[in-house]
Amino acid sequence: MESANHDSAAIVVEELRRRFDHQQVLDGVNLACPSDHITTIVGPSGCGKTVLLKHLNLLLRPDSGRIIIDGSDATAANARGIDRIREKFGMLFQAGALFDSMSVFDNVAFPLVEKTHLSRAEIRDRVLEMLEQVGLKGMEHKYPSEMSGGMQKRAALARALVHRPKILMLDEPTTGLDPARSHSVHELIRATQQKFKLSVVMVSHDVPQVFQISDRVAYMHAGKIALFGSVAEVTAADHHDFQQFLAGKAAGEDERPLSQVIATPGR
Amino acid sequence: MTTISGLIARLGAAVIDGVTRLGTFVLFLLSALFYAILPPYKPRLLIRQIRIIGAESFFLVGLIGLFTGMVLGLQGYNTLRRFGSEGALGTVVALVLVRELGPVLSALMVTARAGSAMAAELGAMQATEQIDALTVMAINPVQYLVSPRVLAGVISFPLLTSLFDVIGIWGGWAIGVKLLGAPNGPFFNGIAHNMSGHDILTGLYKALVFGLVVMWVCCYKGYYAARMATGVSRATTEAVVLSSVLILAWDYFMTSILL
Ligand SMILES: Nc1ncnc2c1ncn2[C@@H]1O[C@H](COP(=O)(O)OP(=O)(O)OP(=O)(O)O)[C@@H](O)[C@H]1O
Ligand SMILES: [Mg+2]
Repeated sequence: MESANHDSAAIVVEELRRRFDHQQVLDGVNLACPSDHITTIVGPSGCGKTVLLKHLNLLLRPDSGRIIIDGSDATAANARGIDRIREKFGMLFQAGALFDSMSVFDNVAFPLVEKTHLSRAEIRDRVLEMLEQVGLKGMEHKYPSEMSGGMQKRAALARALVHRPKILMLDEPTTGLDPARSHSVHELIRATQQKFKLSVVMVSHDVPQVFQISDRVAYMHAGKIALFGSVAEVTAADHHDFQQFLAGKAAGEDERPLSQVIATPGR
Repeated sequence: MTTISGLIARLGAAVIDGVTRLGTFVLFLLSALFYAILPPYKPRLLIRQIRIIGAESFFLVGLIGLFTGMVLGLQGYNTLRRFGSEGALGTVVALVLVRELGPVLSALMVTARAGSAMAAELGAMQATEQIDALTVMAINPVQYLVSPRVLAGVISFPLLTSLFDVIGIWGGWAIGVKLLGAPNGPFFNGIAHNMSGHDILTGLYKALVFGLVVMWVCCYKGYYAARMATGVSRATTEAVVLSSVLILAWDYFMTSILL
């Protein structure tokens, strides 16, 4: 049993550190993602969001720190324990990671075929319904290489959602989609989350649109969670870096307009 | 002083690195074999790999077998004629094929055809995070990807080798007997008299071991490919080179103990 404030958390991260060669990518991350809610991690490109997500789904091992998933300490678990934790996961990789030797149908059916005892007819129904929801109706026989990046992304989202995982991890579900599609993907994530009471951890660059479906927002900067709270709390926070990030500027960036920067002679 | 201790440190690091890699390499095979006997069983995956490694190499292996047998018939006839012992042609052709050339050449051809493709496929799967995707779905990627391939290699190689031998002997007969006029009766009688079950088993043992080694090396190189295009191409090259070297080295080793 974890302490009281952890009971309602799907994922708790404590003082997570990880370095690659000479780069301290995660530098003491603390985060608690509440159950049955959507937690969105935002931050500048290269700040370590994907690396953090890959620690949460236990693909990478931290140098130090703890990850507690659904009340069990994943950093202390053995291989079987880790597999049992992973059965709860649905994951969308930043680049999709669809199996390119399989059709879209087989990709989306994969978690059901491998991990459930559903009949073929049930699987077929679930997959086709899922594909319709992500707007890929009639595409089930295509192969990943025959689809656009946005279509691959939606197919990968369908694969992450199809087995109704308890914990859903999404790395940039809307990057590469047009605004209308982004909106419908957001709606789909929200609807699925509410219908099946999922805990969602999402990395997104789609600010501020993504705030509409987020319950909690974590702003990641330089390997730490610099700001965490509800959307209202975070957007109202008097945090210079985050306000600049929202305004579309990297922290510490030259504040002159771009035209002026380019026009300035290098001498 | 510092340079000496630095040198020792670097030497130590290199040794540790080498031992670690060797350990990973060996553990990779052990876990592939371990997971092959552990449920859940996936006969569908095994059959698919037997098709790719075995069935789709049939034509190529048969063709190489035919030419090898033909050239053995040609060379063997012309050499044996100098000693007036054309009657031994069948024995020579059959023994050389069954004991040596069958297993070795089939293994080299399958390495070039299926082994390289396997390293490239697994390398690309690694590079595009497909292997990670399996892991996150709580599906053991070694059990799902590597075990069926290694098993399929162990099953397919002896069959392909047998095919190579039979077609090779026919090719030797066609050239030596039909074309050049070596005596027909002694060709087959010689084989029947001089080739023992031990000879045949030696060839099949070799094929079995080569199947294991080739799939092990090719899957390992692909599985641990660096995540970039050059990583995949390097994995493919290294897989083919290392497999070929190991085939020939193991061949000598096994010949010397099985002879
Ligand atoms: N396997 C690795 N080896 C070495 N360095 C790595 C590795 N993976 C990530 N990094 C480094 O970690 C840092 C964070 O990478 P990460 O992919 O988490 O960024 P990100 O926040 O997801 O960015 P983006 O928004 O562009 O996807 C980068 O500087 C990257 O160079
Ligand atoms: Mg990322």
